[in-house]
Amino acid sequence: MPSPEELVKLEWGYIVDTTRCIGCGSCVRACKLENDVPDRYFRTWVERYEIGRDETVHVDSPNGALESFKSDRLADASAVKAFFVPKLCNHCRNSACTQVCPVGASFHSPDGVVLIDKQRCMGCGYCVQACPYACRYIDHAKGTADKCTLCYHRIHRGLPPACVQACPRQARLYGNLADPDSPIRRVLHERRYYLLKPDMGTNPKCYYLGLDLEVK
Amino acid sequence: MDGFVFPNEQHVTWTVMIVLYPYITGLVAGAFIVSSLYHVFGFKNLRPIARFSLVSSFAFLLFAAVPLLNHLGRPERAANIMITPNFHSAMSGFGFVYTTYIVIVFLEIWFMYRPDFTLHWEKSRGLVRAMFYLLLLGDTRHTPEALAVDRKMVKILAGIGIPVACVLHGYVGFLFGSIKANPWWSTPLMFIIFIFSAIVSGIAVLIFLYQFVKWLKKIPYSQETLETMARFLWGFMIIAVVLELMEVLSLAYEQTEEWAVLKSLLLGKLYWTYVVLQLLVCSVVPFFLLSFACLVRLPTKLFNGLVFASSVLLLCQVLLMRWNVVVGGQLLSKSYRGFTSYLPGIFEKEGLLVAALIFIVPFLLLRQFDKVFPFFEQPGRERA
Repeated sequence: MPSPEELVKLEWGYIVDTTRCIGCGSCVRACKLENDVPDRYFRTWVERYEIGRDETVHVDSPNGALESFKSDRLADASAVKAFFVPKLCNHCRNSACTQVCPVGASFHSPDGVVLIDKQRCMGCGYCVQACPYACRYIDHAKGTADKCTLCYHRIHRGLPPACVQACPRQARLYGNLADPDSPIRRVLHERRYYLLKPDMGTNPKCYYLGLDLEVK
Repeated sequence: MDGFVFPNEQHVTWTVMIVLYPYITGLVAGAFIVSSLYHVFGFKNLRPIARFSLVSSFAFLLFAAVPLLNHLGRPERAANIMITPNFHSAMSGFGFVYTTYIVIVFLEIWFMYRPDFTLHWEKSRGLVRAMFYLLLLGDTRHTPEALAVDRKMVKILAGIGIPVACVLHGYVGFLFGSIKANPWWSTPLMFIIFIFSAIVSGIAVLIFLYQFVKWLKKIPYSQETLETMARFLWGFMIIAVVLELMEVLSLAYEQTEEWAVLKSLLLGKLYWTYVVLQLLVCSVVPFFLLSFACLVRLPTKLFNGLVFASSVLLLCQVLLMRWNVVVGGQLLSKSYRGFTSYLPGIFEKEGLLVAALIFIVPFLLLRQFDKVFPFFEQPGRERA
């Protein structure tokens, strides 16, 4: 675990390359196993977008893509464009969830990860309502809010988040945004990227490559 | 479920308990404001109901936080809201506003009932006398000067209480109105709408209880009081409903991206509860009933009947408004591509039975209070 002085020099960020995702759901399964995520709730999930000739959009994410995508909708001849979009907590710099938490249980770690103090959270659900990306949920067994921690317990041991490690297509990348020479920074310097719901003013640290306008 | 909702949105987080909470605080704030209309603004016609409205406000206030506690995942940590408050959050003000308000109402009731307590102290003996002595904090004076101080304190506290009551309920509206992630909630109008709907529900519940209790105890109505209350109800319901409609109208007129999905919400999932019940049945009908009652000279019985029916309909209107805001907002997916579903169970922890029990207890409390200290003057017996 880095010292407090080293922590403030870090700023963890995340990149999702939607052009590489094949919707296999390995990331979702890895996250579930690693973090003991309750049934029917997700710290990460994958969405499938199919856009037709007439610009109709079909989106689905059956059980968060935990079992991948079984139905063969992609064979539909009317769909001219299709892609997968993995989702997770955006670890926003100006996060709505930490702002609204009435007891200060949701907070920013010194190295820029949005976390929940499970010993303090009273389970009011206000953060769940405030998150524009629906990344939070109430873990009913524990009575507290829950969400992606970027596998905080792993990244400080030098291990990648479970979803990053499980992805067979390197569609997910994480790293230190504060380091101008880090691989994640290099990608952001070279590629065009997009943020989810930028109009919300949350200033996310989860960057998307190859995203379509239809993705919210 | 219709369309696409994010996987974490398949379950509604805020249940019927969170519908009940703003409903009860609305009754608290509304009933308090009716009491203040007499004490502060000098509407003498409301004198017979001033005491009743204040105690009603207190009874509802005692139970306003119960649905919240029942909803919390970790209710034993509820005090964290005052121990480790995050002042960037609007919700962190809850403990402080609620406590301030409860102290103000408690003190106002104490000063209002102090003259009665002194009389009871004089008449009683033994343990009961000691209890009243304790309740009076040793101040047993019943002199004109002491009574004048009591009246002055009631007036001052009622005056301070008005902005606090508005903050208490306006804050609830702000909790919803400030959630930018939800287009059905996110409007600066929300807290104003909540304040006016609170006043409507407060007046309506008092009219309902006033007529019901008088009918039950066979005590004649103070017709002037009822007429004044009916006029206030009519006026405030017009403001409340117009504000609610203005909100939707401005959204519809702006034709933003959000409107497309909000339109589907209002004409789909909320068609019955919003369009039919809240707007048509429980807003338009009482508007015409109250307009008729207040503008046309009617036989007393018919007038009272119309006002009673209007008050019941408006109580339902405000409850439906709370439902349509709290639940309606959560039915809409943040993907803007679909809607989830919610139907409360009957026997579950946050179900309808528990909600009904929480709502009924303040009424039972009022009934017990009335037995000890009658709210209404009995015929031939004027209150000091």
